[in-house]
Amino acid sequence: MIRLTGIERTFPVGDETVHALNNVNFTVRKGEYVAIMGPSGSGKSTLLNIIGLLDRPDKGVYTLEDLDITELTDDQQASVRRNKIGFVFQFFHLVPRLSAAENVELPMILAGVDPVERKPRVQAALSSLGLSDRAKHRPDQLSGGQRQRVAIARATIMQPDVILADEPTGNLDRTSGIEVIQILENLHNNGITLIMVTHDPDLGNRANRRVRLVDGRIVTDTGNS
Amino acid sequence: MKVGDVIQFSTKALSGYTVRTLLMILAMAIGVASVILLTSLGEGARRYVTNEFRSLGTYILIVLPGRSETTGGPPPLLGETPRDLTLEDALFLTRNSVIRRVAPITVGSAAVSWKHRDREVTILGSTDALFDIRQLSMARGRFLPAGDPARGSAVCVLGYKLKNELFGNQSPLGEWVRIGDRRFRIIGVLAKKGQSLGLDMGDVAIVPVASAQALFNTSGLFRVLVQANGRDAVPKAKKTILSTIRKRHEGEDDVTVITQDALLSTFDRILLAMTLSVAGIAAISLSVAGILIMNVMLIAVSQRTTEVGLLRAIGAPGGQILRLFLAESAILSLIGAVFGIILAFLGTWGISRAFPVFPITVPVWALGAAVLVALLTGLIFGVLPARRAARLDPVQALSRR
Repeated sequence: MIRLTGIERTFPVGDETVHALNNVNFTVRKGEYVAIMGPSGSGKSTLLNIIGLLDRPDKGVYTLEDLDITELTDDQQASVRRNKIGFVFQFFHLVPRLSAAENVELPMILAGVDPVERKPRVQAALSSLGLSDRAKHRPDQLSGGQRQRVAIARATIMQPDVILADEPTGNLDRTSGIEVIQILENLHNNGITLIMVTHDPDLGNRANRRVRLVDGRIVTDTGNS
Repeated sequence: MKVGDVIQFSTKALSGYTVRTLLMILAMAIGVASVILLTSLGEGARRYVTNEFRSLGTYILIVLPGRSETTGGPPPLLGETPRDLTLEDALFLTRNSVIRRVAPITVGSAAVSWKHRDREVTILGSTDALFDIRQLSMARGRFLPAGDPARGSAVCVLGYKLKNELFGNQSPLGEWVRIGDRRFRIIGVLAKKGQSLGLDMGDVAIVPVASAQALFNTSGLFRVLVQANGRDAVPKAKKTILSTIRKRHEGEDDVTVITQDALLSTFDRILLAMTLSVAGIAAISLSVAGILIMNVMLIAVSQRTTEVGLLRAIGAPGGQILRLFLAESAILSLIGAVFGIILAFLGTWGISRAFPVFPITVPVWALGAAVLVALLTGLIFGVLPARRAARLDPVQALSRR
């Protein structure tokens, strides 16, 4: 489903160029649960951003469901992000002035879903994550765990094929971290492809497949076939 | 994304930052209000002048001796008049059916004296027709009597101010004054009317035209005021006057006819130009508001960088972000314009209370133009911040907390 071949990404840092990703070849099949691990600065997040179409590789080919992503226009890429990919961030990135329900509704607004259809979908998503009584609260009135659950509801509201989670528990305490991971794993059990960046080995070990990056290269991949 | 959703989203974004939004609305409102107020003042001035002209009398044509035309060569120092416009010319005009009244006018300056007081004033020589044509009214006595204009009797009518200066509170009726080297009996005093076309009707003495001609030893007329039979008759009257005089002057086109309408429309054009230029000055304050909007929107974009990054991540293309921010500027400008209109109406109300004589009204086109210009300013000055937002790199935008 996701196929990266010969991906390179370089950033200019001062006079030098840094290889964030160096000749990365990586395939993810539908329904997999992959943990991308490695020390900080190893290119984990860059890899995730490229998979999520937020960043473009300098070299190499990326195909998503047999679609050559690098050839798409901005609008087409936005449409892929909207319909096929859900993001979960370390810092939640909820819009502070909007309520939990409005934050969850946002992707559907961008997609132009009819307002009549939006409300029940938001309610269903919130109640399945135990947030029904928090629908009207703004992010600053929610705990970290609740915020991340709102973010997950937002990431899944368009029923994407892939969830990309960048350190989803990095800003949470142990218990709410476990809670969030369980929710994500639940989604995976229901058939969603889950790719998670983490540097926490305990979390990584829960995944079916672990990919380890060092200095922009994949050094180990437990599920490479 | 649906239009309603864009408006809702932008409105929410604006209401999220109350103080900033209110300040921008205030700036826009002041800009719009000043545009409307200044155009209203200009428009009021135009109406005021038009009304003043109307008070001159209706359907008036002014016949001047001499021909004003552009020719090569050095211009003559004085209007060259090969032939005078005579009293007979003027009286001949009355025979035409499209002409209701004709008032020949001779003007001169002479001393008016009574007992030991004397005053140098303008002496108007005319006929009884002047009374109706210039819509004069009497304070006392009566105006010049009707009769053969070619025979000058020794009567005169004084302006209000002149009467006060010579006689104080005494009644002047029946008294004899000396004008130049002749004596005239006072038969009336004009009511206070104020200025009319630059001539202070309070500071004149009016005598029969033939007497004035004798007094100033001239056979020509200063001008002839002609009242046409109606508004539609004015162009016809103009043609008739020209052809009549040409016939009497042996085929020579040596008079100029000015219609009141032509005068009016000239002033109209001048004042409209003035109104527009004043509105242009006011538009500068609108552009200041526009620059303020640009500044604040730029701050808004940098404050909401992560939000923009998030919107990109959950599937908004760059064009969408651009539209969202433009919608914000547009909504701001429109709300500002609405408050500006309210402000302008309060202002005109205040002015009309303070100066009841001045006919100030808000022209409808000024309202439309102000709103349109406000919207345009908002959009033009909103483009730069919106483009900056649309071009943000989502990865960098999201890496900020």
